[in-house]
Order: sequence, then structure tokens, then C-alpha cells
Amino acid sequence: MATPTRYAPDRGLTVRMTATMFLLGLVFVAFVALIIGIMSAAHASAGAIIFIAVIFGGGSAFLSLFYSDKIALAAAGAREVSPQEAPQLHGIVDRLCALADMPKPRVAIAPTRMPNAFATGRNSKNSVLCVTDGLLRYSDLTQEELEGVLAHELSHVAHKDVQVMTYASLLAIVAGLLVRFAFYSEIFGGGRRGGNNSQAALLIPLIMLGSALVYAISFLLIRLLSRYRELAADRSGALLTQNPSALMSALTKVSQGMNRIPTQDLRAAEPLNAFYFTPAMKLTRGGGGGKSLSALFSTHPSLEKRIEQLEKIQRELSQPGAGNPRGIQ
Amino acid sequence: MGILDTLFGRTKPVQPKLDDLFGLPSAAVQLEAATGFKPTGSGSVSFRAAEGRPFADIQKEVLELLDMDNGKPGAGLPVEVTKDSYGYTWIVSNHLSDEMDVLVTDLHAVNSALVDGGFGPQLLCTLVAFSDDNHRRLSLVYLYKRGTFYPFAPVPGSQDRRDNALELQVKGILGEDLKIEQDLARWFPVWGAPGL
Repeated sequence: MATPTRYAPDRGLTVRMTATMFLLGLVFVAFVALIIGIMSAAHASAGAIIFIAVIFGGGSAFLSLFYSDKIALAAAGAREVSPQEAPQLHGIVDRLCALADMPKPRVAIAPTRMPNAFATGRNSKNSVLCVTDGLLRYSDLTQEELEGVLAHELSHVAHKDVQVMTYASLLAIVAGLLVRFAFYSEIFGGGRRGGNNSQAALLIPLIMLGSALVYAISFLLIRLLSRYRELAADRSGALLTQNPSALMSALTKVSQGMNRIPTQDLRAAEPLNAFYFTPAMKLTRGGGGGKSLSALFSTHPSLEKRIEQLEKIQRELSQPGAGNPRGIQ
Repeated sequence: MGILDTLFGRTKPVQPKLDDLFGLPSAAVQLEAATGFKPTGSGSVSFRAAEGRPFADIQKEVLELLDMDNGKPGAGLPVEVTKDSYGYTWIVSNHLSDEMDVLVTDLHAVNSALVDGGFGPQLLCTLVAFSDDNHRRLSLVYLYKRGTFYPFAPVPGSQDRRDNALELQVKGILGEDLKIEQDLARWFPVWGAPGL
């Protein structure tokens, strides 16, 4: 590329994300192999269970992807706002979209006191960017900090995170359904079969066990992937506004604000957690191993991790040598 | 964005397109002939200042460059720098109404300095102001990332209202001279832009 640029790609993050997706793919292949093995054992009831789980799982994933904007807005009780109603918010989004050369998403406000923001929608044409009332009014964010939050959310839209995460969780949804179906068929179907087929008696528990294992592994991998996507969105957002400091202070302020809010509000917000700017509910457990466990299950990286990354970008931006910029290979 | 960028959650910074800016002088003539709108001689470049020393240095360089080729001592500084309420910096260059090509050269100097310093992705838009005998205001806004123009006409004396009829009229008139942004959703308003 001939044009000088000051953006250095983060290879470490790319490598980690590739590894996570590779592992997810590996689990997927192993799972398909297991299913094919079971199918080839030609047991009708096992085949039917798998078929139904794939149809149900795939169907529900497709529906939630297709209606993700409407579902999330309804769950948050949010309302789309026009530029006349929220000129400042629209103004910031307008400018960020012009900088990033991306189509402007719809803008919505959720009447929640909890300061937060999320973006959703199956593609950039159908995406919605939603901020809570709390973020606009009660969190005393400055204009630049608010802009940092919005740039983070716009990066989620640009990275197509809703799509990527839906595809990534497809497997876990199917596996989870299989566990349930196999369990029920064991209970209700067990008596009818009688003792004529000892292979069949083994097959259903095998599906259950395999699916449970796949579910557990892919669940952890999906959470890991989600944390990497958050870091990537932080990074792209900070590079878009060229103001990592504002994003850092916004993160700090918003997560402090989160801690001040009563628990009941937070529980109500839990289903939307994965989309939020900072998670509304933290898996905190007492005791020694609690912290690492919650880090493993969390959809968002810890505040320290996010700030550490932004500090790195900050240092890159303050480096002298504007006349001798690095190029992207 | 390619599929790999989507998978890895990367966004490539978008580099600005600069050349179409030079279509402005002939478009201004066309506009005056068709509607009576004349250039006010004022134009501005809007960009997002990056934090850190390197950007501050470049910004200083740009200002010195523009003031140097002014060449009229005592005539007052033709270049102003303002920061708007959204945190974007505007460099406003003022010339005489008939010096459209000088103005465009000035604006282009800002662009090239930022692009050469590696800050091309920071450019937001450039704006050239027009007005007619009834004091109606019109501006042509150039979107760097798209390489397209769009008209923005605030209704004088009223808050946050645009003269859409005038804007669409201008779109029709200049359609052949300039690359006009076809996606109307990207015609974002720049209320209170300096130089307008």
C-alpha cells in the first residue's frame, strides 16, 4: 500500500481469535462425526432425535438472527429515535459513520437508568444502535467519552459480530437441544423398546453424553471468542476516534456506574448481556477460585484487560515519527 | 470489508479520496448560472484530531503552510481554526468570492499534509459555502471516504431545518459536474459548521 498509515494490526489478537475459531471448528467436526457414526448405526429413534434437534436449533438460531434487532429492542424496551428527538446522538453517529464509511444504523434509546449501550442486527443495513437513558443522562460521560462508546458499538456492527456469534453458537444450541431430547426419549421411550436391541439402549446415552461434552466445550469457546470480539471492537473504536483515552475513561465510569445500580435491575438485563458495552451482571463467586471461574464464563474481558489494550494503542499514537509511518502489509 | 476482516474483527482505516475536489470551481460556475448562488469565498476542512504529539505537530505545520502562501501582510489571517461541539477540528480558509480555485488549492494542501503524515483516515469532510441575493445559505459538502458531494442548505433563522427542495434542486443541477452522493441517508447535516 502506497498511502502512509499509522495503523498497526494487532497480530496477537488475530492469532488468538483464529485459534479459538479453529478449536470451535474442530469440536464441530468431531460432533458431526459422532452424529454420522450414530446415524450409520441406523437406529431410527436416534436419527429422528438428531434430525429434530438440527431443525429446531437451526430454526431458532436463524429466527433470532433474522429478528435480532427487533428482539433486542423489545427486550430492552427501547424506542427508535429520530434526528429531531436526539440531535446530538444522531450527530455523533453521523460523523463516525462518515469517518468509517459505513451506512448509518438506526438509533434507539432504552429507558433504563443503567448506563450502557448495545448494537444488534443481522447486517449493517438492518442494525440498530441502542443507548440507555442512563448513559446519556446519569453517567456524566463527556461528549468524547460518549463518542468512544458509540464507536465501540459501531465497530461491532462493522465486524458483523451478531452474525459471527450466532454462527458460532449454532453448534452449542443444537448440542444443548440434543441433550434434552435424548434425555426425554430415555425417560418416555425406554419402556416401549423392550429388551430386543441392546445397541439402542447404549446409543441414546451416548448421544446425550457426547452432546453434553460438545455443549460444555463450545460454550467456553464461544465465551472466549466473545471476549476477543470485545477487545477487537475496543481497538477499532479507539482507532476510529483516535482517542483511546476517552474510551478508557468511559469504560471506567460506566463500570463504576454498573456497580452502583441495584441488583434487581441487573437481573432483568441479563439476557441482553452479550450485546452490552460492559456486562450488566457479573458472575462473582466467593472464595479463592471464584475470580478465574467468572473470567472463564464471562462475555466481556475484564476492565483491566480492556484498559491495558487501550493503553497500548495510546502509546502507539503518541509515538514520534509521523514522517516515517509504518505501512500495512 | 473482506470475509477475513469480518472473521477477525478488524476494520481497515478508510483512506480519503482527494481528486474529485478539483471539480468544485467548474461546478461553482454552473451553480451560479443555474440558481444565482455565489461562492462566499469561504471553505473549510473538518477532521478528527488524534491524541498524541505527532498529530499536533502536523496540524501546526498545516497552519504555517496556509498562512505562508497568503502573501498579503497586514491583510489579517485568512485561516481560522475552530473546534466544534462534536470534537472535530475545522480549518477555515477565507478568500474572495471569485477565487474558487485558490480556495480549493488551499483545502487540498490541508488534505495532502494530513494524508502524507498518515492521518488520511481522520479527514471527515470539506465544505464550501455559497449564498444567493436573498441571503439563503447553501454549502457543498465533500465526503472524503466516499469521494462524493452533497448539498446542505440550512433554513436561515430556524433551528435544525433543512431546505430539502433546494438541496434536491442542486443535486439535479450538479449531477453532471460532480459526483453527487446517491445515498440520501449519508447527507448528514452539519449545523453550525464554521464558514457556513
